Amino acid sequence: MHIVVVGLSHKTAPVEIREKLAVPESRMGEALTRLCSYQGVREGILLSTCNRVEVYAVVDEIESGYGRIQDFLADAHLSLSSEQLTPHMYWHEGDRAISHLFRVASSLDSMIVGESQILGQIKEAFDVALAHKATGIILNKVVKKAISVAKRVRTETKIAEMAVSVSYAAVELAKKIFSNLSEKTVLLVGAGEMAKLAARHFIANGVRHVRVTTRNPQHALELANRFSGTAVAFEEFLEDMASADIVLVSTGAAHYLVSEDDVQRSVKQRMNRPMFLIDISVPRNIDPAVRHVDNAFLFDIDDLKTRVEQNRGERLNEAEKAERMVVDEVGIVRQWLQSLEVTPTIMALRARVDDIKQAELDKTLGRLANLSALERELVEEMASSIVNKLIHNTMVTLKAEVNSSEGAAFVEAARRFFSLGDPAVCNVNESASTSSGTCHSSQADLREVGEVTPRTGSKMPDH
Amino acid sequence: MAAMFFVVTMTLYFAATVSFLAYLLWPSEALSNVSLGMTATGFASHTIALGAGMIGVTDVSTPGFHQALSFFSWVLILVFLAVEFRHRLHVLGSFIVPLALVSLVSAAALPETAPTLTPVFRTLWVHVTLSMLGTVGFAIAFVAGLMYLIQDGLLKSKRFNVLYSKLPALDFLDHLNQQSIVTGFPLLTLGIITGALSAEISRGSYLNWNPEQTWALVTWVFYFVVLMGRLTVGWRAKRAAYLTIIGFAGVILTLIGVVLKGHGPVS
Repeated sequence: MHIVVVGLSHKTAPVEIREKLAVPESRMGEALTRLCSYQGVREGILLSTCNRVEVYAVVDEIESGYGRIQDFLADAHLSLSSEQLTPHMYWHEGDRAISHLFRVASSLDSMIVGESQILGQIKEAFDVALAHKATGIILNKVVKKAISVAKRVRTETKIAEMAVSVSYAAVELAKKIFSNLSEKTVLLVGAGEMAKLAARHFIANGVRHVRVTTRNPQHALELANRFSGTAVAFEEFLEDMASADIVLVSTGAAHYLVSEDDVQRSVKQRMNRPMFLIDISVPRNIDPAVRHVDNAFLFDIDDLKTRVEQNRGERLNEAEKAERMVVDEVGIVRQWLQSLEVTPTIMALRARVDDIKQAELDKTLGRLANLSALERELVEEMASSIVNKLIHNTMVTLKAEVNSSEGAAFVEAARRFFSLGDPAVCNVNESASTSSGTCHSSQADLREVGEVTPRTGSKMPDH
Repeated sequence: MAAMFFVVTMTLYFAATVSFLAYLLWPSEALSNVSLGMTATGFASHTIALGAGMIGVTDVSTPGFHQALSFFSWVLILVFLAVEFRHRLHVLGSFIVPLALVSLVSAAALPETAPTLTPVFRTLWVHVTLSMLGTVGFAIAFVAGLMYLIQDGLLKSKRFNVLYSKLPALDFLDHLNQQSIVTGFPLLTLGIITGALSAEISRGSYLNWNPEQTWALVTWVFYFVVLMGRLTVGWRAKRAAYLTIIGFAGVILTLIGVVLKGHGPVS
């Protein structure tokens, strides 16, 4: 059994490829069912966001597992073959796969390091997988751990606090002026890309009232609709400015549109409530003299960039701290996984020798019909004693080596010496299912004896 | 026993002050818990000291400056811990705990029994308690104003340092400033009224225009104007911050003047 991840992200694939592979939420269940129907795939979870499409799975064999998951990803889209995907993919197994998941959850692998969205997306993906019984004991544990690692990283480092884009920096500055953005009004002057992006960030951070003005009234209306805001006539925006707590200016004008007097007047109308002005235009559209106005805070594009640069430096330190945490946590999971492999082996070993002992006892005692009860007992005791002594050292060694680097090798050896077959996790109920090793049957085995989940998608229990 | 706990309190507040000031300049958040722990322990010890001190109090004993200042610092820390609990605003401790320490050290420097021994009644206790509660309100307003001006200055000069990252949003500080005055002002008003009543009982006149009474009234009028200005013509933000700092400086000067003259509590 091996944990693997196969996928692609914003770091390895252009958006044209990513969008083709993305699985819409409505088809998530169906996709998981299909993933788990591949031979040798025991558990699976599918993470599909705009920046990455990844499959985490527990597979019997690494190489064939990689191949099958890649086929699965390519299958989702008819116009892509598995080979075409190869240059954009990454494949990790074991510690590296777990570490990758932890880094993704902690937003260390995100386009904007420290953003919080990815954790929610992982939780959703996990919920869907749980609902479709696609995950089992291993992925359940590992994904839950990833979520807790991400939370630890968020609380113990400042990675999430760092504004690393100009529009984030604008929001971060606004939060030092206004403690609650949800009651604030943003006035967007002009339709520069950066200003629109900043407006979107403000809305994502709770701002509900947006006012838009552009030279072209039609354009202003369209933008206002997009932000569920109100359009303001361009000729009147200076008079309207007092109603805005945050003014975002980004037009193509080659001169100052907003003068010191305009801002002074607005602040007065606002009874000295602070105003936050952001000038993202180049050349600038707000007179820099505005910084002399009390209770008005003006920042231009260079100020925001300075802030971003500062944060970038601080963020690197925080990211290093987070990386160390990930390494520690991967170590913890590794130990757990190794113990998981030994325990079923010991159980299988015990069952195997007990079977042999019982068979031999039955045979011998059947021929010795005249034995007294005491004599029978003595024979049985002798058989048990021989068996126990024979396997004693093996048991002790397995338990002792569980955390060593050769742990897996010892398990493998014990399995071969005693012909224990495949790892026990999935073959308990093998007789009940015709093709062994799918996620669903292993799931059922692990949860409750007797609960055999059908493997076909149409019969999947829908939770 | 009270004296021992008083010394313990002072030691803990001193350590918390050092730690809170270091917290202000240190990029990490690690010191905040240590500082808070010391403050909370100091507060518990202070509560015991005050409680033990109360046992010996009778109706005829006079509350002196020692008790008043000690009580002042106790309430200050109580308010800080309450705000901290609600808003997780560690940085407030960097400003309030030193203030509480200064007040406590001043209390220690003054004799425990007041020099004025005019027999007075329970009204004087009420007067001192209310005036001190009002003063705590102004002290918090002062701290909020100070933090406001620092953050305003940092934002205007675009110095995004450690202090900037630790200080809260401007409108939060402005709101804290307003709430403190809105709470402190009626308490001071009641303090002045009960003070006038106890003056009438002990000296036979409500008001005899001695310097501390005059200053108290000037303070009252000042804060009245500040409050009205805020509620009507928008004296908020930077102006409110300046005014509350000036106002509190006035309060401190009044107290120092009264103490130096060796009179009873400000009435």
